[in-house]
Amino acid sequence: MSNINSSVELNAWRAELIKSYAPDRPLITVCGGTGCRVYGSEKVFNAFQEVISNQGLSVSLAYNVKETGCHGFCEKGPLVVIRPQGTMYTHVKVGDVPEIVTAIAEGKIVERLLYIDPQTDEVIQNEDIVPFYKNQQRVILDLNGLLDPLRIDEYIALGGYSALTKVLQSMSPEQVITEIKASGLRGRGGAGFPTGLKWELCRNQPGDIKYVICNADEGDPGAYMDRSIMEGNPHRVLEGMIIGAYAIGAHQGYVYIRNEYPLAVKHLIHAISQAEECGLLGENILGSEYDFRVQIKLGSGAFVCGEETALIASIEGHVGEPRPRPPYPSESGLWGNPTNINNVKSWASVPIIIDKGSDWYSSIGTETSKGTMIFSIVGNINNTGLAEVPIGISLHELIYDIGGGIPNNKAFKAAQIGGPSGGCIPAEHLDVPIDYKSLTSLGAIMGSGGLVIADEDTCMVDFARYFMKFTQEESCGKCVPCRIGTKAMLETLERICAGEGQSDDVEYLIEVGQAIKLSSLCGLGQTAPNPVLSTLQYFRDEYEAHILEKTCPAKVCKGLITYAIVAENCPGCMVCLRNCPSGAITGAKQEVHVIDPELCNRCGLCMSLCKFDAIMVT
Amino acid sequence: MQIPIVEIYEIINKEARKGGSLISALEEIQTRYRYLPREALILASERLDVPLSQAYAVATFYNAFSLKPKGKHCFQVCVGTACHVRGSPQVLDHIETKLGLKAGETSHDHMFSLETVNCLGACALGPIIVTNGEYSGQMNAKKSDTLLRRIFRAEGLDKNE
Repeated sequence: MSNINSSVELNAWRAELIKSYAPDRPLITVCGGTGCRVYGSEKVFNAFQEVISNQGLSVSLAYNVKETGCHGFCEKGPLVVIRPQGTMYTHVKVGDVPEIVTAIAEGKIVERLLYIDPQTDEVIQNEDIVPFYKNQQRVILDLNGLLDPLRIDEYIALGGYSALTKVLQSMSPEQVITEIKASGLRGRGGAGFPTGLKWELCRNQPGDIKYVICNADEGDPGAYMDRSIMEGNPHRVLEGMIIGAYAIGAHQGYVYIRNEYPLAVKHLIHAISQAEECGLLGENILGSEYDFRVQIKLGSGAFVCGEETALIASIEGHVGEPRPRPPYPSESGLWGNPTNINNVKSWASVPIIIDKGSDWYSSIGTETSKGTMIFSIVGNINNTGLAEVPIGISLHELIYDIGGGIPNNKAFKAAQIGGPSGGCIPAEHLDVPIDYKSLTSLGAIMGSGGLVIADEDTCMVDFARYFMKFTQEESCGKCVPCRIGTKAMLETLERICAGEGQSDDVEYLIEVGQAIKLSSLCGLGQTAPNPVLSTLQYFRDEYEAHILEKTCPAKVCKGLITYAIVAENCPGCMVCLRNCPSGAITGAKQEVHVIDPELCNRCGLCMSLCKFDAIMVT
Repeated sequence: MQIPIVEIYEIINKEARKGGSLISALEEIQTRYRYLPREALILASERLDVPLSQAYAVATFYNAFSLKPKGKHCFQVCVGTACHVRGSPQVLDHIETKLGLKAGETSHDHMFSLETVNCLGACALGPIIVTNGEYSGQMNAKKSDTLLRRIFRAEGLDKNE
């Protein structure tokens, strides 16, 4: 790898690389995303390397083993895909590796590790036709399962940095902005502001010093697509930033990334140093007059720092508190200079738009919302994972066709979109197309794409309390409505969950919620009441059950439930009695046990241990 | 506990020479010692020329910083949304009872710390507990018991409580 001095040189190198990166070459890819690593994918990867190199296998098994970024189907990890056939193995353990390698050598398949469609019981061999993948349109995540994220040459061989060469060779900054505007790309961080327009505003500001920032402070619990992009394809984010900075006229960029994402940080740092070595970052990029550098800034765990003005304060080394806008960062941002902030997904979309053209990009999606969106489908869902779909797909398709429905034959209750700033969508609206407009009209938001599925066992009042607790703890405290208002709402919700709700609590929550929305300083406060207001809109009956009837219909809220022994089922096995942490269960061997409701702390351990269905909650 | 003043000063000095910010210096110290000793804040404020009040503000604002030493064994229970709907509150409750600690506390003998974290992004495995950096997935009260017992045994605390 050496310094590349022109776009022509880069294209020549790519042509050279493509020869050795034939797409149909035999390859074993092991998912190395954080999810699969938790399952032990690194050991699986090492085992493949060891088995292939040490077993003196015949030349016909000239398979490369590669650890890639997140494949997205986290539910089934560790995932291994044998290419070019596309055979996908799920839940692969170290012990399975010799069998897989032998099968490859013999041209066979290890059937027991293939994916089984839980709805049809059909065994599916090929990754592409697994329903989870088949129904997606992977534009940003397309290379995640193919690339070794630590190798810039692989990214280049697969077409990487070709958008940058196109821009530097043949496009003026204004032309780049026009192209991004024409694509209809809207900010993927949540607010959905048109990206091209944002760039233009920043470009048109006077001043020589401008900055671009990649907002990778993905704090929304249950959303991890930004992390997966940075882990799996860090160069695409960098390429997008270089192109954007060129269009805006910035020469310094920052990636503000969560410290909780060590692998993404590592891959980004590595990618930056490779790009610098190759002359894709630094002075005179690809021999042009254009200079641009990128630095990493680690977040220190404050949700509010995802808000752009708080993020800027944090990069400057201060407490991450937001400030009123205007002035917007495009006028006065980092150290008072014009600054453009985009989300990871927005930056990663840029090279694709430049490469394939705005016409192609804008053909995906709906009239007002173009392109694809990545959702992390989590919670009570069969196929937890990352799904990239065209905007405008229905929630029903996302949850049932891709997500595989609700586990354990439970009923769907609500989909929570947009995290602590978003809202819940109940079953009756599942057919609504997911785009910025329709979600807002339902009281939710697109947000950054977190999609948490709640089943019938989820208490919506407790769910709302959960989000309010989150935002209350993360409120920076600078403005009164957010600091005091979220506290007031949380206390009310806690009272309701404890069985001490009062008849006017619902009206109070609505009133305070509206006031917080109208008067808070930043996006955190302005959206904090949404989870409460939207659950009140669709699940008011649950609130009323808590307040008026003092019952929790989902049997979750501790203050409103009682554990008891079902006498006819209890064989007196002593298991619950011995394990009860509060000593609330009495009885003797082969005698029906009794739970003392005064001592019981409602931890539910007895119920999870009982094999005889002898514990019930009322 | 002996505070390694010289070492801490070297970290701050290194950051100062790089032109780094207060936050990056504190991050380094937090990573190394797992908390910010009082002396570190004083040294950082002097060397980096920021008021001590500001150093304190930064140290108490961000979740990554702690002003108290952490225990030898650190349990982090993920309370992200996906883990929440899959039952992490029950798991947390159970561990709180077993350790006799509330989330955010460290035991007097500095043996255990219990923390909550907002989403580790391994939602397919929820509820998740991270014990000394090691992930355990699909937890429930019973499985968390097994996990605790293993650590109790390793520490010679052979009590089921």
